[in-house]
Amino acid sequence: MRPVIQVSGLRKSYGRTVAVADATFEVNEGEIFGLIGPNGAGKTTTMECIEGLRKPDRGSIAVLALDPFRDVYKLQNRIGVQLQQAQLQKRIKVWEAVDLWASLYKKKSVDGDRLLDQLGLTDKRNAWFMNLSGGQKQRLFIALALINDPEVVFLDELTTGLDPQSRHAIWDLVRGIRERGKTVFLTTHLMEEAERLCDRVAIMEHGRIIDIDTPANLVLRHCPERTVVIEVSDPAAAEPFNLIPRVERVERNGSQFTIYGRGDLVTEVIHFLSENRVRVTDFRAILPNLEDVFLKLTGRSIRE
Amino acid sequence: MLRGLGKLTWIEIKIFMREPLGAIGTIVVPVLVFVLVGRAITSKAQTPSMSNFARVGLPVMASILIVISAVLSLVTIISIYREGGILKRLRATPLRPQTILSAHVLVKLLLTAASLLLMFLAGKRYIPPGVHPPIVSFAVALVISTWSILSIGFVIASIVPTARFAQPVGAVVLYPMVGLSGLFAPIASFPPAFRMLARLSPMNYAVSLLQGIWVGDPWSAHLADVAMLIVFFLLFTALSAKIFRWE
Ligand SMILES: Nc1ncnc2c1ncn2[C@@H]1O[C@H](COP(=O)(O)OP(=O)(O)O)[C@@H](O)[C@H]1O
Ligand SMILES: [Mg+2]
Repeated sequence: MRPVIQVSGLRKSYGRTVAVADATFEVNEGEIFGLIGPNGAGKTTTMECIEGLRKPDRGSIAVLALDPFRDVYKLQNRIGVQLQQAQLQKRIKVWEAVDLWASLYKKKSVDGDRLLDQLGLTDKRNAWFMNLSGGQKQRLFIALALINDPEVVFLDELTTGLDPQSRHAIWDLVRGIRERGKTVFLTTHLMEEAERLCDRVAIMEHGRIIDIDTPANLVLRHCPERTVVIEVSDPAAAEPFNLIPRVERVERNGSQFTIYGRGDLVTEVIHFLSENRVRVTDFRAILPNLEDVFLKLTGRSIRE
Repeated sequence: MLRGLGKLTWIEIKIFMREPLGAIGTIVVPVLVFVLVGRAITSKAQTPSMSNFARVGLPVMASILIVISAVLSLVTIISIYREGGILKRLRATPLRPQTILSAHVLVKLLLTAASLLLMFLAGKRYIPPGVHPPIVSFAVALVISTWSILSIGFVIASIVPTARFAQPVGAVVLYPMVGLSGLFAPIASFPPAFRMLARLSPMNYAVSLLQGIWVGDPWSAHLADVAMLIVFFLLFTALSAKIFRWE
């Protein structure tokens, strides 16, 4: 796999605030890569340095083998950008924005009307930007980021502030971008979003990258603990639960058993239950997620 | 290099026309005031030739007010666009920074020209027959003046902290410039300190140029004014290129 973004030793301060202390990572072609971390971690700053909008204090960045600061115009023709806090002119119409954007790129742009159609904005073509809902604005920004058929798409906190329904719709759109062979680099402070969407994530805190891997591997490496809670109709059948591989401890509370273990505990328990024909009246697996990984790595919750 | 300039300018004009007070405040009101004042003056002065103020002062004053409103609305729009992240969003495209700002200058120049044209058409009947003001030269002089004074707009836009302050800060800079412009009292009659200040402002050169051209002076008599307006334009443009903030 070819890296399309290479960042090494990136540092950027605003006056005395060190926004990014030291960041090194690569993004591969065709993947959805997420930079995750709490607000203020330095995600936006990192992304804007990569987009050529900010000049790093130190470190090197290559995007599609270009220097984003020196070759910013060449680069902007080949990438698509959605910014965290951007707006458009209040009274610009949807089609006008798409039409303007389409005229800016050297390469022939994709069909704007088709793009609006794919993003469900066709009946908003003549609406003013200020009259769009939050989800519609974000979809328009996605359209603008895709209008030049870019090789890499940057999405900064794309779904922050949206209701769950719009959020799921937008996740599907982002997966669609990857399906078309593009690379997606996104930031989010929503762990669920990272877990559902990203092929690989880099966890950032206080301007540093603390780990990079697939969401599943991160959880497996940092939070291997697994818990299964089951209720059985015949408690006697539960006697040999201790013998299941990966089990470390079993607690009993009436007919309810809580089984603690690590790794692929859940698979092992299911296997045991079916092998021994244990009748189960309730089954619940408690799996750690990226939020737990973050808590483990930093000692604080990402929501703080 | 100027890819997108035409389209962006056209969109900005359309957006401006969609603002509830935009077109009324910058075009209709100045023209209306001009017409009303013009009528008041002509009905009183029943002389065959125009009064001195109607002849020299009124068109120039009207033009300067148009220029000022152009600069104030430029400052306001730039700071609103900056605060809303619109400038930043436009900059994250292949649009060059100078294209984004040039579009706004063009919008203001076109609107200024439109106001002037309407004003001339509306005020035509107050001009006695046989008097032919050099309207084309005057328009050119107004464009040069507007261009030069708009460049101050970018300097002001660079220093206003938030959009809320755009109008007041702009007014604090611009209205004294009008007061010291020689439009209401000859500059020679000012105390020395004021005279110095006046010379440091492009407004005087604009007033001198507009006044002169309106009464029929040849351009050659105003080369110094034009030169100074260009110097101010270059100076302020260079300064704002240094201090302009995109976010
Ligand atoms: N334009 C700016 N000027 C000064 N400080 C900034 C600016 N942008 C961000 N910061 C500061 O830099 C740090 C990192 O911010 P940011 O990159 O926006 O983080 P994130 O996107 O992870 O929330 C924060 O402490 C923030 O307050
Ligand atoms: Mg951010």
